[in-house]
Amino acid sequence: MTQLPTSTEKKLGLVIDLDTCVGCHACVISCKGWNTENYGAPLSDQDPYGADPSGTFLNRVHSYEVQPSQGDAQLIHFPKSCLHCDDAPCVTVCPTGASYKRVEDGIVLVNESDCIGCGLCAWACPYGAREMDAAAGVMKKCTLCVDRIYNENLPEVDRTPSCVRTCPANARHFGDLGDPNSDVSKLVAERGGIDLMPEQGTKPVNKYLPPRPKDQLARQDEQLDILAPFLEPVATESKGFLSWLDKTLEKI
Amino acid sequence: MTHKQPVLDLSPKVSDEIRKTTCYMCACRCGINVHMKKDPLGDLKVAYIEGNRDHPVNKGVLCAKGSAGIMQHNAPSRLRAPMKRVGERGSGEFEEISWDEAYDIAASWLKPIRETAPEKLAFFTGRDQSQSFTSLWAQSFGTPNYAAHGGFCSVNMAAAGIYTMGGAFWEFGQPDWDHTKLFMLFGVAEDHDSNPIKMGIGKIKKRGARIIGVNPIRTGYNAVADDWVGITPGTDGLFILSMIHCLMKAGKIDLHYLAQYTDAAVLINGDEKSPEYGLKLRDEGGKELVIDRKTGKQTPYDQKGVKPDLAATLRVAGVTHRPVFHQMAEMYLDEKYAPEAVAERCGISAQRIRTLAAELARVAFEEAFELEQEWTDFRGEHHKTMTGRPVSFHAMRGISAHANGFQTCRALHTLQILLGTVEVPGGFRFKPPYPKPATAHPKPHCKVTPNAPLDGPHLGFVHGPDDLALKDDGTPARIDKAFTWENPMSAHGLMHMVISNAHAGDPYKIDTLFMYMANMSWNSSMNTSGVTQMLTDKDESGEYVIPRIIYSDAYSSEMVAYADLILPDTTYLERHDCISLLDRPICEADAVADAIRWPVVEPDRNVKGFQSALCDLGARLGLPAFTNDDGSQKYADYADYIVNHERRPGVGPLAGWRMGDHGPQAGRGGVNESQIDNYIENGGFFVEHIPDGSNYYKPWNAAYQDWAVKMGLYDSPQPYLFSLYAEPMRKFQLAAEGHGKRQPPDHLRARIKHTMSPLPIWYDTDQQGNEGFTVTALTQRPMAMYHSWGSQNAWLRQLHGRNPMYVPTKLMRARGLADGDWAQITSPHGAITVPVMEMAALNENTIWTWNAIGKRKGAWALDKDAPEATKGFLLNHLIHELMPPKGDGLRWANSDPVTGQAAWFDLKVAIKKVNPPPDAESQPSMPPLKSPVGQGPSELKWKVGK
Amino acid sequence: MHPAPSVIFFSTFSGLGFGLLIFLGLGMPATTGWSAFAFFTIAYLLAVGGLISSTFHLGHPERALKAFTQWRTSWLSREAWCAVAALTLMAIYGAGLVFFEQRWVFLGWLGAIASLGTVFTTSMIYGQLKTVPRWNSLLTPANFISLCIAGGALLSGQTTWAVILLALAGAIQVFTWMHGDSALANSGTDMATATGLGSIGTVRAFEPPHTGTNYLLREFVYVIGRKHAQKLRIIAIGLMTILPLILLLLPFNHWIALIAVAAHVGGVLAARWLFFAQAEHVVGLYYGKR
Repeated sequence: MTQLPTSTEKKLGLVIDLDTCVGCHACVISCKGWNTENYGAPLSDQDPYGADPSGTFLNRVHSYEVQPSQGDAQLIHFPKSCLHCDDAPCVTVCPTGASYKRVEDGIVLVNESDCIGCGLCAWACPYGAREMDAAAGVMKKCTLCVDRIYNENLPEVDRTPSCVRTCPANARHFGDLGDPNSDVSKLVAERGGIDLMPEQGTKPVNKYLPPRPKDQLARQDEQLDILAPFLEPVATESKGFLSWLDKTLEKI
Repeated sequence: MTHKQPVLDLSPKVSDEIRKTTCYMCACRCGINVHMKKDPLGDLKVAYIEGNRDHPVNKGVLCAKGSAGIMQHNAPSRLRAPMKRVGERGSGEFEEISWDEAYDIAASWLKPIRETAPEKLAFFTGRDQSQSFTSLWAQSFGTPNYAAHGGFCSVNMAAAGIYTMGGAFWEFGQPDWDHTKLFMLFGVAEDHDSNPIKMGIGKIKKRGARIIGVNPIRTGYNAVADDWVGITPGTDGLFILSMIHCLMKAGKIDLHYLAQYTDAAVLINGDEKSPEYGLKLRDEGGKELVIDRKTGKQTPYDQKGVKPDLAATLRVAGVTHRPVFHQMAEMYLDEKYAPEAVAERCGISAQRIRTLAAELARVAFEEAFELEQEWTDFRGEHHKTMTGRPVSFHAMRGISAHANGFQTCRALHTLQILLGTVEVPGGFRFKPPYPKPATAHPKPHCKVTPNAPLDGPHLGFVHGPDDLALKDDGTPARIDKAFTWENPMSAHGLMHMVISNAHAGDPYKIDTLFMYMANMSWNSSMNTSGVTQMLTDKDESGEYVIPRIIYSDAYSSEMVAYADLILPDTTYLERHDCISLLDRPICEADAVADAIRWPVVEPDRNVKGFQSALCDLGARLGLPAFTNDDGSQKYADYADYIVNHERRPGVGPLAGWRMGDHGPQAGRGGVNESQIDNYIENGGFFVEHIPDGSNYYKPWNAAYQDWAVKMGLYDSPQPYLFSLYAEPMRKFQLAAEGHGKRQPPDHLRARIKHTMSPLPIWYDTDQQGNEGFTVTALTQRPMAMYHSWGSQNAWLRQLHGRNPMYVPTKLMRARGLADGDWAQITSPHGAITVPVMEMAALNENTIWTWNAIGKRKGAWALDKDAPEATKGFLLNHLIHELMPPKGDGLRWANSDPVTGQAAWFDLKVAIKKVNPPPDAESQPSMPPLKSPVGQGPSELKWKVGK
Repeated sequence: MHPAPSVIFFSTFSGLGFGLLIFLGLGMPATTGWSAFAFFTIAYLLAVGGLISSTFHLGHPERALKAFTQWRTSWLSREAWCAVAALTLMAIYGAGLVFFEQRWVFLGWLGAIASLGTVFTTSMIYGQLKTVPRWNSLLTPANFISLCIAGGALLSGQTTWAVILLALAGAIQVFTWMHGDSALANSGTDMATATGLGSIGTVRAFEPPHTGTNYLLREFVYVIGRKHAQKLRIIAIGLMTILPLILLLLPFNHWIALIAVAAHVGGVLAARWLFFAQAEHVVGLYYGKR
């Protein structure tokens, strides 16, 4: 049913650490692997060995160059998948009820057997989180691995989304963002987690942790005072150095 | 209206069986869980691959390549059967044959060679993870011409580490991720140890520790570094020596550490007239001499209670012998290493160099800590705690692949040692079987006897001119000229010179080139078009200049078309392998470990693991190591070898579950017929933790040394001092100065004297012929691709299907370029025409692109119009294996003069805007190859379960 | 946005069809019998043909009936209901005119309202999308409805109404374009808010997540040159409004009327193509497009 639930019991989602993501695409392919084999239709690939390969992915890693007003440009890797918005516009536009937000945990899903493949939900999503599968003709999106996170056939430690389990740098965190005491909520509070496109009014559940300030050692004036004493010369040439050495060795 | 939603099965079946083996999507060797599911026909198929949580390397995580393994396993580019060439070389005309016929052909070529001149076989393996096996085969054959790909990869780093401190990075050691507070990374886009480094970065970020990235390009790990130093390529050594200058001048060095654990206090012969001038003073037993600060007397360094004196000198018969540290002070306090003197050359301001050096000093000394852990050193001295210096470093090919790379790597190791951060908490830690000094490694062997094995292992560590691989007449014994005066310390051989030398008949002609997993007609060679030409050239008699080529690969790579006989290998999920302590192990700083691969699925094609094929072929050739006394085949296949081979009594390829008196045991032990099953039951690997108290200060820690002997890593405890002063290099200098029987040719004397400095130096790489070529061009390996393998992978090629040339903003403006424009990039050797993209976070005089995305049309079962072939490109066309001719008639290799490492990253180019080429295809565009396996399907919907 | 022919044809022709139905429902012209049959046939061919063509872009047209279920939230579902209501009401009303020579006025009014509602709901499918700032305006329904009724007037031969409504539709169209050209910039969504990295400095897209294309790029990122667009706008407004106006002011002639209709349809098709092709979806920002 495309009416959004008035509230959900939990707000399960991801916290993505832009300070740590090295842009390796591990999450992208792990997601592709799990979701090709599991929930719904496989994520297909068209012309996979040809001139114009193009397939369905539920998670993609962008990269951006940011030029501060002073200092070197920075590069930020930027994974992006469904943000499981509280006010998910992709759900309300769906004419068939295939798109819905789960009342238990807030996960936004597509019930593929009801999907007519009109694409309107993808039009309504500002984040590019939904991709129509060209082979199956239905809309695919991140399921937050709903078939993993409660799966009793998996060891408890593995009941996380596959992108989180595989992330080598631990830049992805999964949890209940509706619970202020959860690890993810604390992380968001501590690191100043942000929403993407807040002005779109979607109230995304997923949060992004901004990169920590970079190139602090290049701030010459500040660092000079702090660090200069560490390089106070003990001698100016090798002879002086050797006599310093002799004196110092005496003390060891 | 109430909210309605469908009922979901939240606990669907994940798989029918999980089979645990080792990844081979790159060289990292993570543990993987291969989920097998029954397809609708009831056959078990590979359904999903994830990381193995118990595995020491990756602890559950897995990179993009690893998760995409399923697409490598089902790639349409897989070879199907042995093939013999029926058209001209390069035509791609093959006929599928039986394995028997393939063996017969190979034996008919190789047997006569072995009986007359075994060196006529050149056997080189590329991304081989079974080098202890393949080298045994080559040794048993009797050819001196064997090596793997280290020579064009990272031998500078490996050899510099071994000669300096008994190990380098990656397989040799790792930062102490749990304690380090400052991690300084040189180069390294995504080279080696890829998942462990990502995991380490994640760990230290979580703790709030910091990262400094030194790299001309700010991507990947350098993008998350807290501070980025966009250094000018090839000047890392100068930058490091300048920081050493600052640290020494400020006395911010660990004098206690230097005195106790390094050769800083070892006396150097100061007698200029002596043939041993510059060598270390030793006692009769060969032990280095130091002066004991307590007694003022000279003594072997390792005596109980000795306090080696860094300052004292020894005066004998009017000659003053000074310790290594005196020479270092003299050398590095020189103003030529002052930040102001190097800033412009390095592209880093003097102030920045000082700040970075000061930060290293601050963290190493102000944030030092004590670990409450007692230990006893090799002198018998007991220590109540372990001192931590939480600064750690990592580097791989970025600083290695220059013609000054060996000395640069030595400089980096010297920096770590001066700060006292090696093998201490918070610093850099070795992984067993390292630490292992150069003296504990074999020396190279090259004595050829027809119909008999070589006199010993091919590769090793030379300790002076006597160990060079020279024939009696002084000419190179090896086809790649490894261990010669041109590159004396070439510990990994020079694979990149084999085809060029064989083609030139320099030092001699060969008959058969036998290669495994090395894409030499494409991305694994410098000068790709030239090498292709060499492979197809014929002599006056109409015969190929390189008469025969046997090649083994699992996939339809570019190299397949240039071979005469193809031995099709399996995919990594269909084979046995061992990741052995005898080879390139997967140990952790806290544990010894090894692993296996096993066929989690049987091949559905007529293919065989290459190593198993070698067991067969070895027996057919009657190689002693592969034949029983009665002449029968010794090892049925590779698995048989893995279990039953013993290198030394009680020491085999696998260290886990060896048979002891009371059942299976770790380390030493006899053959255990069910060893592979034991591994499979344990998840495909073996791990044994180093006891607490043994796991730091390993080279000098008596408890560790005893444990290592017990495990079979060494046969006796062998503590040693780190070699800030590389004595073997001094021996080559002595030869160049005229000492000794073996003398270098005159044209190399000056170079040897200069480049073989026993203390790290920096020199600019050979710039002759580079006039007008002022921009450095580099490649980086993307994290989601490995070598040329990724493009056959339907998932990975969508991420990186083509590669632009990234050009810094300033150069874009200067050349009038905009994103998507085409530029011609020229070097003294060649030209390419490629699309460009702007990048700001880049050294302003460096351009770069992703490595090995470009593909030859028709290879890898891709469409001939695949973007890899039309838009992608290789930088290799611009790089020659030789330097531009100097007019002396000699062939000067584009390699490090110490180790012969290929100097990929010394490339200098010019760049100008041009019109898009015809069809907007990258140039040069080589004609398509004929695919021996056809092309892949037009759609993929890979789902095994229903 | 990708200018998919199926959607352009659908919205153009069904708009015209429902526009004609509106006028027929209002009794303009007040025909009956065969003449009414001809008018209704044209109207139904346009409206139903358009609706059918809209199913061509569905992944699963066989499940199209499910689209009636979500009228509480979905404009597409509401459109389905309106279309069915309009077509049903007008069918009954038309049957009265054709077969019984009866004008059930109330039914005609209801049918006209439902027809207008159909075009309104269609326009709201686009107009509601915050993700496409160019569309996210009351000008979108104004644009659709004005074109629908102007076309209806033209087809139904209501010359006076047609002149007024064509002029109005042309004015709204020009205003829509002017407003639309700055809509993205005024929307408050840009690369800085998309990435959240604006506080560090100027954000520029570096490497895309994939070197090839994908659904998002095909569907949402369509770039046409400014010059090309300007030319098309002139052609569109010329055909859609100016030429028909001139022709309508000439003495009446069936051929001239036919040319006026053809020109108008061509103009609306061009304008509708631009409606999609020029629409910037904010997801393009993640790819550094626009």
